[in-house]
Amino acid sequence: MNGIHDMGGMHGFGRVDAERDEPVFHEEWEAKCFALNFAMGGWRKWSIDASRHAIERLDPATYVGSSYYKRWLEKLVNLSLENGLITEQELRSGKPDAGSKKEVPPFDAAAIRSLLKKGRPSDREVNQPPRFRIGDTVRTVTDSPVGHTRLPRYARGLEGKIVLHHGAHAFPDSNAHGHGEAPQHLYGVRFSARTLWGKQGNLKDGVTLDLWESYLEPRE
Amino acid sequence: MSGHSHDHDDPDYSVLPSDPALRVKSLETLLVNKGLVDPAALDAFIDSFQNDIGPKNGARVVAKAWCDAAYRERLLADATSAIAELGFSGIQGEHMAAVENTDDVHNMVVCTLCSCYPWPVLGIPPTWYKSFEYRSRAVVDPRGVLAEFGVELPEGTSVQVWDSTAEIRYLVIPKRPEDTESLSESQLAELVTRDSMIGTGVISPPGDSNDD
Repeated sequence: MNGIHDMGGMHGFGRVDAERDEPVFHEEWEAKCFALNFAMGGWRKWSIDASRHAIERLDPATYVGSSYYKRWLEKLVNLSLENGLITEQELRSGKPDAGSKKEVPPFDAAAIRSLLKKGRPSDREVNQPPRFRIGDTVRTVTDSPVGHTRLPRYARGLEGKIVLHHGAHAFPDSNAHGHGEAPQHLYGVRFSARTLWGKQGNLKDGVTLDLWESYLEPRE
Repeated sequence: MSGHSHDHDDPDYSVLPSDPALRVKSLETLLVNKGLVDPAALDAFIDSFQNDIGPKNGARVVAKAWCDAAYRERLLADATSAIAELGFSGIQGEHMAAVENTDDVHNMVVCTLCSCYPWPVLGIPPTWYKSFEYRSRAVVDPRGVLAEFGVELPEGTSVQVWDSTAEIRYLVIPKRPEDTESLSESQLAELVTRDSMIGTGVISPPGDSNDD
């Protein structure tokens, strides 16, 4: 989606303000919000792609007006409601609905530590050989899908060079919507700053993005 | 700002208290009471990020790469495996890539679409990395952003930005500072800053207070 989250290249946000000696978490609620998102992820009702998309789907004013962890809070509430893990009545009352069954959490302390250590790799075996090789020049598509995508607007319709091949990975545009992982080959594609930004790009500089095969076409 | 007056016809989900601390507390209580979440899992998760997972891990990787040429080769060829050799692995670091700063190339990392970051080696990203300012500007004005971090590069250096749009996570191997030949690997690790491994810092020689 052409959403507010797709910020690469926007002007107007101002200087980067780096805090010295920043703590891991500023507030206890931020730590709890972060942890709740992962503990609830254990129900496997949504993928990482669906989770990212749930943040993108926040209305733009809420997105811009909320801190990072507030966006995660809104996302968790919305995903929990949409996937039937909680009800709106429960959210209002703060209590389980009368007669609702008490569940067994998917993660105890050891299981969540194990998840942290093992992660969830996104690489997949595919039968199709890669369409592109390192060194190939490609052009990105200009599509504007209304759903989740990982091709930012600033890099659409432009020529870049394949610099890395990462094997095949689950395809977010499909996986975010519950349509399966539909893995595709994934490439690091380098664009010159001039290609991306015209006269504002430094001749020596570049940006590399990791892009799935269907975002790319051979150079004509 | 309780918003309770329109609870019954509110189509969005802004029915919890508006204060995020109260909202999270209320949600946590509900989720625990429903048996959806184990409080011990929350504590373990938070404890891991406060005590185990952080930029000290990445600093060990960098220092080893500086001291051990064979390790550096392995790190550049297959960063996930090389980093796992030191015991670091897991969520948001399943697929790692290392990019090395030289006299000719300065690498820096951003995630313009969200805030992807290599957790096993760097921990949770700092607020500035997640900020709209950094996400919007790192790709279009990397040299301006670097100047705000006090990083000045030689005239001929190319700036290469890595926008983490997939599940590959990038670790910058900063340049080893001058006059550090006598330092041990663990002493070198002490010099490696978080920002230098994102690419928004360079490492000053030991004793120089002008660090990032």
